[in-house]
Amino acid sequence: MKTNPLQGIGHGVLALFGAVGRLALFALEATSHCVRPPLYPRLLLRQMVEIGFYSLPVVGLTGLFAGMVLALQSYTGFSRFSAESTIPTVVVLSITRELGPVLAGLMVAGRVGAAMAAEIGTMRVTEQIDALTTLSTNPHKYLIVPRLLGGFLMLPFLVLVADIIGVFGGYLVSIYKLGFNPEAYITNTFEFLEVMDVVSGLVKAAVFGYLIALMGCYHGFHSKGGAQGVGKATTNAVVTGAILVLVFNYVITEAFFAQ
Amino acid sequence: MSAPASSRAGGANEPKIALRGVCKAFDGAVVLEGLDLEIGTGESVAVIGCSGVGKSVMLKCLLGLLRPDAGSVTIDGAELSANRAAREAAMRRIGMLFQSAALFDSLPVWENVAFGLIQAQGMGRGEAREIAVETLAQVGLGPDAADLYPAALSGGMRKRVGLARAIATRPEIILFDEPTTGLDPIMADVINDLIVACVRELGATALTITHDMASARKIADRIAMIHDGAIIWQGPAAEIDSSGNEHVEQFINGRADGPIRLAVADGAHA
Repeated sequence: MKTNPLQGIGHGVLALFGAVGRLALFALEATSHCVRPPLYPRLLLRQMVEIGFYSLPVVGLTGLFAGMVLALQSYTGFSRFSAESTIPTVVVLSITRELGPVLAGLMVAGRVGAAMAAEIGTMRVTEQIDALTTLSTNPHKYLIVPRLLGGFLMLPFLVLVADIIGVFGGYLVSIYKLGFNPEAYITNTFEFLEVMDVVSGLVKAAVFGYLIALMGCYHGFHSKGGAQGVGKATTNAVVTGAILVLVFNYVITEAFFAQ
Repeated sequence: MSAPASSRAGGANEPKIALRGVCKAFDGAVVLEGLDLEIGTGESVAVIGCSGVGKSVMLKCLLGLLRPDAGSVTIDGAELSANRAAREAAMRRIGMLFQSAALFDSLPVWENVAFGLIQAQGMGRGEAREIAVETLAQVGLGPDAADLYPAALSGGMRKRVGLARAIATRPEIILFDEPTTGLDPIMADVINDLIVACVRELGATALTITHDMASARKIADRIAMIHDGAIIWQGPAAEIDSSGNEHVEQFINGRADGPIRLAVADGAHA
């Protein structure tokens, strides 16, 4: 049967607007519950531990090796111009402004976003979310709000840790492999570092944390069709979470540093 | 072909639960088409019907989990879909046993049972635990089960915990979604006995949806049959064998031949 290509485009555009609208309404409702009692401090604490504490190893390792390889690669390039002394500054600015928040965000999107989508998706397909409603408990408040707040509050903490470990990684390679003077390296690290460099990274982290949790919760909450549906929701949560991290990284960088 | 659906309630008294002219369709597929059902206070009604015929959709409309396309759903005369506050107020008076029990995996058994007491009624955790252990005893589970997680429970135990959760808040209305599905006949009978005992003790109004005739006969005062999106017969449980309705006779005797022709694929939403 011959189909009109305009019809296909129209369907695609309408589906896109529909999806964005549903996500926006979900985000609006969930966010509005963040400032309306009752809140669940025990659940928030559990999510903060789940997101913050249990992500420390993966985020720490990511920061460490990012800092190490950054120092190594910078040396390879900058030694050609005899500009090795700028390596500490390059490492600390790259880590605090970009690599810390983005790499931590991507790792958390994979670890936490997937876990949220799988857990909430399983609750959806096993009627546990319906059960919450029948027990006079708002699923947005009980399930979504602690995760959104947990992501929003804990990702800056994780990024701060990644920043410190990343700079330390650059220090280790510079001192023990490239033969830098430790005191001079530390002095150069902090000489050109400004508060805004760190703050911009932490602001990014808070936004990324919110977006990753939002994607995990949204896709889990709307999953259907049993195990296959939960798997699809998990994949979608990770993919959309990672893409939003990259998109909003540019948007926030533009807002902070564009002249 | 089929006798007209009789209306049990009537007179001046408002029924406890009333579904009137309820219609619901999903993507053009009609599931409920003008369904009428009234349940009096303290009455136990079982709705029977084939798989995919709309029993669960009816229950979800009653719980406010689905909004009917048309018709009204009232509890004590109050329209459920009027606003969120009305729905939430109604929820506080309803207990529900889900088909799969729908226990919260992340919580131990006692917290599952006490969930409504802690979250909806604001009860302290210590007091709620005591009530949860008492309620577990009511459904035949000892205090040692209280600290287990749902993953460690058998199918029968899960149903018992689900029942304990449904009655822990002492609701006025209890809904049972396929309470004996997936259980062996002996455990199914145990669950049926527990349901009868709990409903009687609470003096609650009960609505059970099932396709297990043994369960329906045991639990219900009245049985209604749903087919093609509407109630096609209803009457006292004792009279179901002499219903005179071909659909009911085919269903209760489990015959493949008869007026009910099953679709190859069940409806996705029902």
